[in-house]
Amino acid sequence: MPDRITMQVARYRPEEDGGQSVQAYEVPCPKDWVVLDGLNYIKDRLDGSLSYRWSCRMGVCGSCGMTVNGEPKLTCETFLSEYGNGPVRVEPLRNFPVIRDLVVEIGDFMRKLVMVKPWIIRADEQDVSAGEYRQTPAELDEYKQFSMCINCMLCYSACPIYGLEPAFIGPAAIALAQRYNLDSRDEGSAERLDVLSEHDGIWGCTFVGECTEVCPKHVDPAGAIQRYKLTAALAGLKSFVLPRSAR
Amino acid sequence: MAKRSLEPILWLLFSAGGVVSALLVPILVLLLGIAFPLGWLSAPSHEHLFAVLRHPLTRVALFGVCVLSLFHGAHRFRFTLYDGLQIKHLNELINLFCYGGAIALSLWAGYLLWVVP
Amino acid sequence: MSDQSAEHPGYTEYHPRWLRRRPSTYWWLERRAYLAFITRELSSIFIAWFIVYLLLFIRAVSRGDASYQQFLAWSRHPVVLVLNVVTFLFVVFHAFTWFNLAPKAMVVHVGGKRLPASVISASNYAAWVAATAFVVWLLLGG
Repeated sequence: MPDRITMQVARYRPEEDGGQSVQAYEVPCPKDWVVLDGLNYIKDRLDGSLSYRWSCRMGVCGSCGMTVNGEPKLTCETFLSEYGNGPVRVEPLRNFPVIRDLVVEIGDFMRKLVMVKPWIIRADEQDVSAGEYRQTPAELDEYKQFSMCINCMLCYSACPIYGLEPAFIGPAAIALAQRYNLDSRDEGSAERLDVLSEHDGIWGCTFVGECTEVCPKHVDPAGAIQRYKLTAALAGLKSFVLPRSAR
Repeated sequence: MAKRSLEPILWLLFSAGGVVSALLVPILVLLLGIAFPLGWLSAPSHEHLFAVLRHPLTRVALFGVCVLSLFHGAHRFRFTLYDGLQIKHLNELINLFCYGGAIALSLWAGYLLWVVP
Repeated sequence: MSDQSAEHPGYTEYHPRWLRRRPSTYWWLERRAYLAFITRELSSIFIAWFIVYLLLFIRAVSRGDASYQQFLAWSRHPVVLVLNVVTFLFVVFHAFTWFNLAPKAMVVHVGGKRLPASVISASNYAAWVAATAFVVWLLLGG
């Protein structure tokens, strides 16, 4: 175990000419340090101009996603010791425009998330005095996995389709739509179907499966998407065959 | 109301074709394309094959296998062209080539299976 | 600030010039998973070829014993044979990847409990064995 490791960090400064460059820093490498600790050391002691996002440092906020040695990772959950003698290459998350250094523009995802209406939609809201909506453990299990998403966008970074076609709605958005579609309290599947069954909705997905591989919370967006393809295809078939009864 | 696009139907054809081709094509390739020509297994007599082929159930089943496998391949190849070669802007041409090809070959399959004496 | 904007027209104080990186044409070579994915997708070409071959086979059988024997001879031609061997490999790859991934799309509930993915995969493979056995019996029996 080395006690120092080289981190090669991608830099980009929009106010200067030129594109991305790589700057190497040597940081200490205690056994329990993660990549984020290395970045914080750089910012605190070596180069205060480095820009990056982070928050909870424990894998629940989804802020610190970056590309580490070519793989999308949460830098707060990725140990430096995994990389042996190094070097550890840290780049901004792929498939997103870079604003500065390791900070990427995530507005596209934010817009898509709103488009799938990730909230409980009901025809009639139950009166508060009627008490809470009840759900059995089995009903909870139907969607619980998809509710674990922390919006870290590692899946968008791993998805080659999103890289090639930025209009593609993407894995997390579909998984979150499914989280609500499969929730027994929700009645909004039909509304979400309109958004998701467009060409850049679920039909752009070709089941590469990398989104599920990189997800740090085991949400399995690929599974959510394939399940939804079946649902949407059958709904689409019904609307073709019986256009008036589609709702 | 969901927009009336063909995508859901194309995907269902793709899925059905995927199942059918996965179940049946491997053994058919092995026998018809490799084992029989090479004599690993003695090729069945013409009489026997002809009797199997003429049966109406065989013809219907073969037609189903052909059409579904062709649409499966066409759909998958279309997306391979979009994503692999990044030529999505040619999508009208690609769709014509892929699905048009699948339709043409399906028509040929229908004809061949219809005219088995 | 204003002369900076004049020199860098894409950059203003409140909207920096973003760096947009386009995927390379060879993106599918960058990761093993992507290469496996593209290989799986290319099996589509070989499925299409096999259907053409099957139709030619059917036509040959329809036309009588002589044309059937002639077809078998043609299919012994090295180019055809190699093509069919490659087709076989791709088609088997398609079958394995399909049966392994199918459980993701199908969530089956039996008596209120969800069937585990391994059960669905196993039943797919069982169906594959049964279909294969049926075809062998059909073509070789009698």
